[in-house]
Amino acid sequence: MKGTKMLLGCALLAASLVVSNAQAQTTLRMTWYSDGNEGEVMSDLLRRFEEQNKDIKVVLDQVPFKAINENLPVQLAAGQGPDLARVADLGGVARYMLDLRPLLKDPAYFETNFGPFLEWMRLPGDKTSIPGFMTQLTLTGPLVNKTLFEQANIAMPGPKATWEEWAKAAKDVATKVQAPFPVAIDRSGHRFFSLAITQGAKVFDDKGEPAVVDDGFKRGAQLVYDWHKNGVMSKELWGSVAGTAYRGANDEFKNAQVVMYVSGSWQIGQFDKTIGNGFDWVAVPTPCGPANCSPMPGGAALVAIKTTQHPKEVARLVEYLASEKVVGEFYDRSLFVPGHLGLAKQGLTYKDASQQGKAALKVFSEGVSTLSPVANKLQGYVHNRVIFNAVISRLGQAIAGEASLDEAYKRITADIEQQIAERTKK
Amino acid sequence: MLRGATRIIDWPMEGLQRLIGERRMPYVFLLPNLAFFGVFVFVPISINFLYSVTGGPALFPAERPFVGAGQYAYLFDCGSFVDPSSCREDHFWRGVSNTLRFTAFQVVAMVLLSLLTAIVLNMKIRGRGFFRAVYFFPVLLSPVVVALIWKWILQRDGLLNAGITGLGGDKILFLSEPGWAMFWIIFVSVWAHMGFYTLILLAGLQAIPADIYEAAEMDATPRWRVFWRLTLPLLWPNLIVVIVLALIRAVQTFDEVFVLTGGGPGTSTLMVVQYIYETAFSNQVQNFGLAAAASVVLGIVLFALTLAQLAFSQRKSS
Repeated sequence: MKGTKMLLGCALLAASLVVSNAQAQTTLRMTWYSDGNEGEVMSDLLRRFEEQNKDIKVVLDQVPFKAINENLPVQLAAGQGPDLARVADLGGVARYMLDLRPLLKDPAYFETNFGPFLEWMRLPGDKTSIPGFMTQLTLTGPLVNKTLFEQANIAMPGPKATWEEWAKAAKDVATKVQAPFPVAIDRSGHRFFSLAITQGAKVFDDKGEPAVVDDGFKRGAQLVYDWHKNGVMSKELWGSVAGTAYRGANDEFKNAQVVMYVSGSWQIGQFDKTIGNGFDWVAVPTPCGPANCSPMPGGAALVAIKTTQHPKEVARLVEYLASEKVVGEFYDRSLFVPGHLGLAKQGLTYKDASQQGKAALKVFSEGVSTLSPVANKLQGYVHNRVIFNAVISRLGQAIAGEASLDEAYKRITADIEQQIAERTKK
Repeated sequence: MLRGATRIIDWPMEGLQRLIGERRMPYVFLLPNLAFFGVFVFVPISINFLYSVTGGPALFPAERPFVGAGQYAYLFDCGSFVDPSSCREDHFWRGVSNTLRFTAFQVVAMVLLSLLTAIVLNMKIRGRGFFRAVYFFPVLLSPVVVALIWKWILQRDGLLNAGITGLGGDKILFLSEPGWAMFWIIFVSVWAHMGFYTLILLAGLQAIPADIYEAAEMDATPRWRVFWRLTLPLLWPNLIVVIVLALIRAVQTFDEVFVLTGGGPGTSTLMVVQYIYETAFSNQVQNFGLAAAASVVLGIVLFALTLAQLAFSQRKSS
């Protein structure tokens, strides 16, 4: 009897110790989306972090990209957000981000290595906050099915070729090999501007206010419009859905139905894995226009959220994940262009990538040096998604035959004015 | 034993009846349902209305500036209501126009086909049970599943185009041409929901006494006259239910169309509910006020439809 009581006492003590230990552990929730394998890589890194920091547990909530753009902002506005989130619309959710600067051991490290990109995460007038770090820097650009060019016995245009030259070559190839999509451009305002800026679009006036529809913009819009009319682009992307819906051509490219796919560096990981030896594909530099050959920069960042109850633990996690060795491993294994200046300078080995994956990453990385100031400014503009969405919605209508290009231009200007006014209403 | 149990319930009820009086007792029984309905229907409707008279990007009503009828004025700022492109918020009016077209064609097709199917399935044909199950089966599917199945059939490399090219024809982009896209969303919607309405009409047909038909047969009444003078009037209450339910459902259409065409090409299949959803949640500026105002307008239309149904069925029964 006495022994039983003793045993019971020990069990209770052990249980209370376990409970108190569990209570001491802080749980952080991280909302995350993936284009390729980066979710798996992040899980790996978090497991290592937890081993080194027994007092912190991180729950990785993996959601679709659509949920990051549509549901997360509502959650954040309601004060019900996670502790950290991986976001792409940096300016759009900047007001919900937590400034980690006072909590970081070495803020200078962040300034030195993520400096230019931190500006994308800041509200106008804010010059100092450090809400997180870039999980990837992206650049738009074309991915070309080289095998189709070889089958058609047509030479690929050179590095300084224009959009028109590429369009003609892609159309010739598609006609010869009967591919349904000579050129496919993601139905995304961000992607459209990679074309418009090369045509001379300035996007902003001298005061820095949006003045989107100018001659350069019109040249870009006219090209996209004409390409839909003459069969260079199929209506299935830009003309098939309404409003601001994104539509990519990943599946069509993977199935060798697209000759030239204008998308971006974030596709490399999944194409490298899924296309395999199916056909040869290459990334080529952004085609040139009368103004320049600039791609559009972009990217995603892991940021701390203002409503977190555990800011110190969040800062510790961000410090760990943003440290050169860890973030370097993350970029390397995820096949991402580094959003870390030090690593970008050193270069990454991308040891898991195939030769064509490595070559494509090299082409996109080199694109950083050709970025136009307009492209950088547009990416850093807090209401850039308002501009992107107005453009795809109205240009989509023109392509579908519901409006003329001139009507679309008027609507784009009106939509941008109205939405920015609504967004800034107090 | 049972009497003892009912006494347990009776006792407090009797006490309550003494306290509040017999006339008020029905309200006690209505209260639980009313409370449930209030919390989950009236409160959200009130909050929605509150949003419709506010503006700005903030989520909580207390943080949103009052704009009065500003959102409604913006919605109704039109040169001509029959030309959506003359409206400031043209997407809303394109949604209204598409919804009206969709509703007109879909409801007519739905009612006629359901009636025809119900009449055939009410006959003594072979495999009647099997056919009843076949027609009802799509009703059991989720609208998203229905849309995905048809998307696979209708896309460029889908089943239908495989058949067309197999017969020597050219591929047709069914979901990228405005006319085709509208046709197919109506077709798919009728296919998916017809079974439900057929069931209602079948129940109505089976409730018609057989001796009426026997009397008509003895009088050698022609078949079309039997249908026109007997079947249709006696089926009228069920038909009204079918018409109104089909109307309300057509006006509310969202999920199938959203998955099948995404509202495109352009905005040719954009429906009002999709407009509301995108304005509130999908657009970069989540314009809750404008979306709430549009949903109030939609709510009023649905309420009017329901009242019309009530009035119509009451007049008919009287």
